[in-house]
Amino acid sequence: MSNFVEMSIAKAINSGLAKAMHDNEKVLVFGEDVAELGGVFRVTEGLLAEFGPKRIFNSPIAESGIIGTAIGLAMRGYSSVTEIQFDGFIFPAFNQITTQLAKLQNRSEGYLTMPVVIRVPYGGGIGAVEHHSESPEAYFAHTAGLRIVSPSNPNDAYWMIQQAVASSDPIMFFEPKRRYWQKGPVNLDEAPLALHSARVLREGTSATVVCYGPMVTVALQAAEIAAEEGVSLEVIDLRSISPIDFGAIVESVKKTGRLVVAQEASNFVSVGSEIAAKVHELAFYHLEAPVLRVGGFDVPYPPAKLEERFLPDADRILDAVDRVLAY
Amino acid sequence: MTAQDAQRVPMVQMLSIEGEFSVAPEFADYAAYIERLTDADYLKFYRDMAIMRRFDAEATALQRQGQLGLWIPAIGQEAAQIGSGYGVGHNDHIFPSYREHGVAITHGIDLMSILKMLRGVNHGGWNPDETRFHLYAIVLGTQALHATGYAMGVAFDGKVGTGNKDEDLAVITYFGDGATAEGDVSESLLFAAINQTPQVFFCQNNQWAISSNVARQTKVPLYLRGTGFGVPGIQVDGNDVLACYAVTAKHMDDARAGLGPTFIEAMTYRIGAHTTSDDPTKYRDSAEVEYWQARDPLARFEKFLRNRGVEQAFFDECAAHGDKLAAEIREATFALGNPPIENMFQHVYSQPHPVIAEQYAWLNDYEASFEGEGN
Repeated sequence: MSNFVEMSIAKAINSGLAKAMHDNEKVLVFGEDVAELGGVFRVTEGLLAEFGPKRIFNSPIAESGIIGTAIGLAMRGYSSVTEIQFDGFIFPAFNQITTQLAKLQNRSEGYLTMPVVIRVPYGGGIGAVEHHSESPEAYFAHTAGLRIVSPSNPNDAYWMIQQAVASSDPIMFFEPKRRYWQKGPVNLDEAPLALHSARVLREGTSATVVCYGPMVTVALQAAEIAAEEGVSLEVIDLRSISPIDFGAIVESVKKTGRLVVAQEASNFVSVGSEIAAKVHELAFYHLEAPVLRVGGFDVPYPPAKLEERFLPDADRILDAVDRVLAY
Repeated sequence: MTAQDAQRVPMVQMLSIEGEFSVAPEFADYAAYIERLTDADYLKFYRDMAIMRRFDAEATALQRQGQLGLWIPAIGQEAAQIGSGYGVGHNDHIFPSYREHGVAITHGIDLMSILKMLRGVNHGGWNPDETRFHLYAIVLGTQALHATGYAMGVAFDGKVGTGNKDEDLAVITYFGDGATAEGDVSESLLFAAINQTPQVFFCQNNQWAISSNVARQTKVPLYLRGTGFGVPGIQVDGNDVLACYAVTAKHMDDARAGLGPTFIEAMTYRIGAHTTSDDPTKYRDSAEVEYWQARDPLARFEKFLRNRGVEQAFFDECAAHGDKLAAEIREATFALGNPPIENMFQHVYSQPHPVIAEQYAWLNDYEASFEGEGN
């Protein structure tokens, strides 16, 4: 029998990190306020007491320095799990991530690998001030050499963080911050899926909704409402943003003929855009309607009192479902 | 800062422009490093400086003939690079910028690795672990953080201050006056100070960042740049190979012994262009170049050696050695050819990746579709 434990997403990442640090003494954890405080979201709480200040330590408030030193540590044989405190604070590190971390393996023709995990709490819905609610994943998905994942539930969070730490490629680990306290069962014995596989969360026949991270909860709500109205939605949790498991999406679209992609990020040149373009290529004759994207508007993330109108909710997903069903 | 201003700050110098050796009493710790040198070391320093200059001339010619896409000359910086390069120990790791061809020579790097990159065959591709000479970094200052991270790892490994020469190691990172303006250099100084890393920051102040004089990069002498972060600095005559050697060797020893990081500013001059795409006559006058040519690092060291009785035959031998190397690299460059297309898809990730696999397969099919055409 599998060993199931109920925990929140934050606790699941914490437990997964602890496991990864136990399994490999070369795993280090650092970033802003991760040590005594346990991070502003307490995701690394308790790790200092368990592993000591040589394994987990606070970095100066310098994001480029955090990633740049993680690269140097990788060259010395260490696997760093770095924390960028909020999505909107990652840009000082953009240069080190895209011009160095992503490319050093290629530049060295394979002599170097870059086992670096960048944890990023992302997305909105927490009533925060500016720069604390963004979804910057598309900037990084455009860069070859990076792998990008986002768990949506505690079990995935527990296992995906361990899979990310074990990877010899750099991984950006986007954590849905408004879901940190959402609880669910974690199977401590067995990883559910490979890191870059999507999962069909709910089977359906009328249309497919692809989503990831914080939007998974919203898509499942939409599917519940749709079911009451006799519309059967298939919901796919992408889990991996780069690479994308197109096999799983296309298989679903072949069945439903209709696809809606839901994301918090602005739609223009987004993960949803890529999925729409690629699915039109791969499944054109199976589509009964154009692929629609339901995402944030192409404006700066708004002040907190407007964010409910910015973020897609179940109704906006259902509006798109109605439109694809109208063809 | 003008060249004349540079003469007003306390600077470690051992060789005068006329090649006369003397060391100010306050620099006795550095002089001790020179006392340990043998005549063979002196000849090695000169030979490598001469080879570096000959290599540079040949690479420039190869670029002009279309064999290299670009060349990055380092003429004028031979003493800074050969001197500091020999101050780096056999366990130490070197994080260069992109002009450190001379440092590469001192650590036995195959110079074709550098030419291959500048021909456009690859982006580097040498083994940084085996050579301890890390890949050239083209985005300015990025390598300083990698060096600091590496040095943090060395400290975590307990390879500092054990007193065992086969165990302890330090890290040196090279960058220019222009790169000091980058935030990454400041952040790396901070991380180094906080962690007391076994590390030397070696800044070759060659006075020009492409067309911007160093006065546009800093208001204070660069050797003071680290002090606010807690990294002490020292300025050295970058055209004096003995001073560059001694200062680097001492601070690398100190770093290995656990005394923390140091910032070294080597005052030198980029006699040539920034790269073969640059035209320095548009932004600097010939009087300034002449001022620095009078301080040429090779000429100065040659005078020192001749004063010590080194004969013409040695200098002839160095020239012949350089010519031989030039002929070899010329021939090897002609033989490089173009890389196969699969190289483009290799080492993007360490594990299989569906996008890479799909696009590589597509390109192969696409290329194959033209087979038999146009014959």
